[in-house]
Amino acid sequence: MTDADVARMMADPRYRALLRQRGRLGWMLSAIVTAAYAAFILTIAFDKPALARPLGAGVNSVGIVVGLGLILLSVASTAVYVHRANGAFDRALADLLRDHAA
Amino acid sequence: MRRALLSATLLTPLPAGADALAGPAVQQPTNWTAIAMFALFAALTLGITRWAARRTRTAADFYTAGGGITGFQNGLAIAGDYMSAASFLGISAQIFTDGYDGLIYSIGFLVGWPIILFLLAERLRNLGRFTFADVAAFRFAQTPVRLFAASSTLAVVLFYLIAQMVGAGQLIKLLFGLPYGYAVGIVGVLMMLYVLFGGMTATTWVQIVKAVLLLGSATFMAVMVLASFGFSAEALFARAVAVKTDLAAAAGAGDPATAGRSIMGPGNFIKDPVSAISFGMALMFGTAGLPHILMRFFTVPDAKAARTSVLWATGWIGYFYVLTFVIGFGAIVLVATDAGYQDGQGALLGGTNMAAIHLAHAVGGDLFLGFISAVAFATILAVVAGLTLSGASAIGHDLYATVIRKGQADSAAELRVSRRTVVVLAAAAVLLGIVFEKQNVAFMVSLAFAVAASSNFPVLLLSLLWSGCTTRGAVAGGCVGLVASVGLTIVSPTVWVAILGHASAPFPYSSPAIVSMPLAFLTIALVSLMDRSPRAAQDRARYAEQRVRAETGIGAAGAASH
Repeated sequence: MTDADVARMMADPRYRALLRQRGRLGWMLSAIVTAAYAAFILTIAFDKPALARPLGAGVNSVGIVVGLGLILLSVASTAVYVHRANGAFDRALADLLRDHAA
Repeated sequence: MRRALLSATLLTPLPAGADALAGPAVQQPTNWTAIAMFALFAALTLGITRWAARRTRTAADFYTAGGGITGFQNGLAIAGDYMSAASFLGISAQIFTDGYDGLIYSIGFLVGWPIILFLLAERLRNLGRFTFADVAAFRFAQTPVRLFAASSTLAVVLFYLIAQMVGAGQLIKLLFGLPYGYAVGIVGVLMMLYVLFGGMTATTWVQIVKAVLLLGSATFMAVMVLASFGFSAEALFARAVAVKTDLAAAAGAGDPATAGRSIMGPGNFIKDPVSAISFGMALMFGTAGLPHILMRFFTVPDAKAARTSVLWATGWIGYFYVLTFVIGFGAIVLVATDAGYQDGQGALLGGTNMAAIHLAHAVGGDLFLGFISAVAFATILAVVAGLTLSGASAIGHDLYATVIRKGQADSAAELRVSRRTVVVLAAAAVLLGIVFEKQNVAFMVSLAFAVAASSNFPVLLLSLLWSGCTTRGAVAGGCVGLVASVGLTIVSPTVWVAILGHASAPFPYSSPAIVSMPLAFLTIALVSLMDRSPRAAQDRARYAEQRVRAETGIGAAGAASH
């Protein structure tokens, strides 16, 4: 890749749009996962009883649902990202690369 | 004293059986079923190694299996690389003892994965060839960045390896009834054979076979446990609470009902909030800085497959932690109530880490007990093989080929150096395993995570995402993070008080990450901002090219054809 190729790519509005959209999705999902995990750790650090509270009449507790929810969130957020990135974003990238092929 | 020991144990369940160290690891009667099953596994994996050896001709074959692993295979191999015997034995044991607390670890180990995907995976694949240093040093002066990356890689690998070797020796003494030295020797020789001859191809397949065995047998155990409660989690939890209440009453606790219920919420796992946050940071971001994990992204053909592998890995690892949770509660119900698994005083035969192993016997008899013991051994082998390969690549690729030969080494010479390193690392691992036999090395895994989170992760992240980052900034910040995380661990209670025997520790928290990680980021930022050297101008100017390649994959190393 020459400097001219780099400059041409960076000037391409489709390249900038792809970076903006993919970047936004990545940062947004990172923020969601990090915030959820931070909230969990902070609850453990400052308010353990909140997680120990039983759900309804049984022994099953809030903490177990929250914990399993975090595991699901991790898997679901990766699934969302991979779906978008390997689908729409990679199609846009393929178009872009076709036009920028030497 | 018991509390100190307990907290040291609780902070690090990850290493193969580093936990087993804290409990007494008494040599058990020789278990021939387990040994026969393990011999089968060893024969299978050595067969794979023979096949892989014929496909391992170049440095690319050796480090990355020629880049020809699929996303699905790599996802399984990552899971196999990451789920150590202690994720299985240590976390299920912790759930067996304290209930909910075990889940806190599982979650910490899992949440790093989405972050790796969102911020690193495809950029790593697009920029690197063999090691994470390829990526971190992409636009920087090679020599200083590679020297730093090789040192931090070796630090992480050695700490992790020692914990695994000692854990392996203890565990195998327990499970197979073999002497400690034999166990460490067998692990060392097998891992050396896999990596030396089969390189990444053999390592990947050993990890895949292990992941399938571990996931399969954990699924079987969880299903058997749930089946005996009509597949009702509530019924399982209710019975576990009843068992714990009875045990507390028998032990003469003032309020047995509260003690019984305590397994449903967070307990004593984390005492002070700062340690909780610090530890959480090390777990979450450490995963994104482990060199042997990052290396796995170079084994797939492109960025798309790199992303797919994280999705599979996250799915398998998450599923595995759900299973572990069921297994831990199953052990409360089926093992804690059976005097046959206990000594006279109500303690588990062989120590708390045997909870899952005894449960295997309770649900599947002697044959399944032997099987699960063999799986635990296989698990350690898969992890140490990945670590050794990563260490060898740091010496062969980063130090020899790039720093010493300035990138002019031919593939054969580089391969020769890496293979020699494998032999040296295997010998060192066995030796250190024997030297540290009687030491409590449980802290070494959390140290490995803290070093990864405080040196590799900040350097990698800022070199990828911040155009202003310079060679000096990256090297200074990385070194500060490395020194701070190791130094603060030494003066923390885990080492300063529990091992060195001082009265109180200068650094009061159990994990250094809350200080060392921000310190590394800050150092990189400040040094880079103040860097006026000609090299810095070059570093900044090359960001555009790096960014385009990272985002589009133009010019990325392709898969070697076979």
